[in-house]
Amino acid sequence: MKIAIIDYGAGNVKSIEFALQRLGYESELTSDAETIKTADRVIFPGVGEASSAMNMLKSTGLDTVIPNLKQPVLGICLGMQLMCNHCEEGDTKGLDIFDVDVVKFKTDLKVPQVGWNIIFDLKSELFTNIAENSYMYLVHSYYVPTHKNSIATSDYGLNYSVALHKDNFYGVQFHPEKSGKLGEEILKNFINLNIRSTK
Amino acid sequence: MLTKRIIPCLDIKNGRTVKGVNFVELRDAGDPVELAKIYADNYADELVFLDISATEERRKTLAKLVEDIAKHINIPFTVGGGISSVEDVALLLKSGADKVSINSAAVKNPQLISEVAKRFGSQCVVVAIDAKQIDGNWKVHLVGGKQPTDIDLLEWAKEVQELGAGEILFTSMNHDGTKAGFANEALAKLSEELHIPIIASGGAGNVKHFEDTFKLGKADAALAASVFHFKEIDISDLKKELKTNGISIRI
Repeated sequence: MKIAIIDYGAGNVKSIEFALQRLGYESELTSDAETIKTADRVIFPGVGEASSAMNMLKSTGLDTVIPNLKQPVLGICLGMQLMCNHCEEGDTKGLDIFDVDVVKFKTDLKVPQVGWNIIFDLKSELFTNIAENSYMYLVHSYYVPTHKNSIATSDYGLNYSVALHKDNFYGVQFHPEKSGKLGEEILKNFINLNIRSTK
Repeated sequence: MLTKRIIPCLDIKNGRTVKGVNFVELRDAGDPVELAKIYADNYADELVFLDISATEERRKTLAKLVEDIAKHINIPFTVGGGISSVEDVALLLKSGADKVSINSAAVKNPQLISEVAKRFGSQCVVVAIDAKQIDGNWKVHLVGGKQPTDIDLLEWAKEVQELGAGEILFTSMNHDGTKAGFANEALAKLSEELHIPIIASGGAGNVKHFEDTFKLGKADAALAASVFHFKEIDISDLKKELKTNGISIRI
């Protein structure tokens, strides 16, 4: 099993590598298009600001590679947001994988949302052995509105999509690599996805 | 619903936990990774590691420790202590830290906050503020609380929010070490005036103190050290009791 973690200069990618190690999988941090295309699984992480992250993707040419990948791809946090059409943050054009726009929380609650929140309406193999209302760790100011590709929902002043799935592409707003044992279970489920079932 | 966070803080010197610990199940009470694992398994929501060593070798030792922690711990953690440049931050994040806590250096050079926020995102910037109430006014103190300044707590907190801080860790020097409860009045004021999360620190002595700081102090998270290290309070028992008392909490 070859797992590529896309390294385009965005934040703390080490923790995903370490989480996979705890599960017994080696992975490769890479920005090389060929390595990414030939991997069995691709993880697309991201923290930080949307427009500068997108610029870094463009400068490596990965903005055209990612949408054409055929193996299971998991976007995490900003990675998932960049897979959508548009991000309000920095007025950023996304990768058009999920047909939805990412918008800022408009709420009396604190923004960013920082901490552990529940996920529910779980509708994917990605959540095998994960109970409804399990807690996951999140840090974000922008969110994906509930959408036809939604496979999990959370609530922060309103219900929003906390995970997406379309064809071979998956996205989670929370950080599975930082969400304790249940988060690690989700990473394991992603690795164990049967690709045929994602088509 | 987003839950309130319980955050144990570990003081580190030369790569080892300094404050005494009496966890019988620990093979090595001075190993921060062992202690951190127990906290993580006990439903701590995050961890803070505060480096208090002052040697030349500090940065390298700390980076190695951070990598070791990141390998073994599956919850978010913050590293602080003596961070004074973007390079310091880059090294710690690269080693696997999720957030850094900046204290005195932010007061001396406020632009450091915006530089770090711009380069790595606000989510990794915790600004730690130590303050003491003198004649009714909260004044920011530096160098672990040793050096008083004329800076007002609330004004400084608002400024760091504008500069790009993602969270504020407020320690009341009047309450720290007293085990008589958190500075809930000042905390509530901060929480009402700011839109970023506030972490309460200083004064934890019993379960009621945590309940009060969430209800009265409107804190988003509460940090403590000795009550956890000395097992005066068990984190999972604390969280169960808080939940029973109507606080949104992860158990």
